[in-house]
Amino acid sequence: MATPTTCDKLFMRIRSKGHSGIVEGDLTPMIDMTFQLIAFFMMVINFSDAEQDQRVTLPASELAKPPTAPYEQPLTIHLTKNGHFIYAGDELTKIDRLRSELLKETQIILRHTSKQLADVTVIIRADENAKTGLVQEVIAICQELKFEKFALRGKQSEISTIRGS
Amino acid sequence: MKIRNTSHREVVSLQMTSMIDIVFQLLVFFVFTFKIVLPEGDFNIRMPSATASQTTQPTETPLLKVRLRAAPSGELAQLQLGDVVLDGEAPFAQLHLEIRNLVGDSGGPGSTEQEVEIEADYDLKYRYAMNAITAITGYVDDNGEQHKLVERVRFAPLP
Repeated sequence: MATPTTCDKLFMRIRSKGHSGIVEGDLTPMIDMTFQLIAFFMMVINFSDAEQDQRVTLPASELAKPPTAPYEQPLTIHLTKNGHFIYAGDELTKIDRLRSELLKETQIILRHTSKQLADVTVIIRADENAKTGLVQEVIAICQELKFEKFALRGKQSEISTIRGS
Repeated sequence: MKIRNTSHREVVSLQMTSMIDIVFQLLVFFVFTFKIVLPEGDFNIRMPSATASQTTQPTETPLLKVRLRAAPSGELAQLQLGDVVLDGEAPFAQLHLEIRNLVGDSGGPGSTEQEVEIEADYDLKYRYAMNAITAITGYVDDNGEQHKLVERVRFAPLP
């Protein structure tokens, strides 16, 4: 192996001295990517106050289409597969508690609004594996309290749901 | 002037730190508030209480009854339209065809006065009730257009 000459040593010394400045990383691709992510999230952000609950898996239906106009102050009742009710953010295990909560709600509606209970839509978001009888019980309670309009909620499906058994 | 310009030439560097800070804060905000909203839709039914519905005028068309029987596991055991048991491989598709034949499916959207009552076992999984409602209330044709069949659907009162 050849030993470095005096000229080589001098060149190395000069070169190392030339690279001792401030090293700046190129931030352009990172900023590009970050802005793209922000643009994406801004596009998909949803400010609507859709009352959804992850504990409920809705049954699918090809006919379940979003309402053309939003309901005016609807009541939303969730029903989980365990038979629990979720109303106004509270998980209720007994149907009697749901009844008393709805009763309170009817009094608020009648005292503070000019609406008739028959014009208030009750949205029922029941889990696909919930018991149909419980859904019927919820409807029966609402009927007792003079509610008449019901919206049974399902998730939209592109494929036909009635072809299977 | 010329001399001064050349002697005061400096590299102008932008202060990116504050911009990157705010951009990252925005990014974090959007990431944390991001919620996947699944498209949902409704079946709108008007079901007054039994006492209120008794005061309404009875319609000339007879009430169709759909009976959904459940197995102990909650799965569908049997589907019945009136007295006819629909026991094919796809009973809801069969129910749909029967309803289309009965209704006629020629009078345009929502033309029928026909009313259907669904009588389901208590333990039946709700998705089967929803399938029955789907089969009864309408269909989507090959062009993706929605057609309505029976709009008046109700649940039978609980025993």
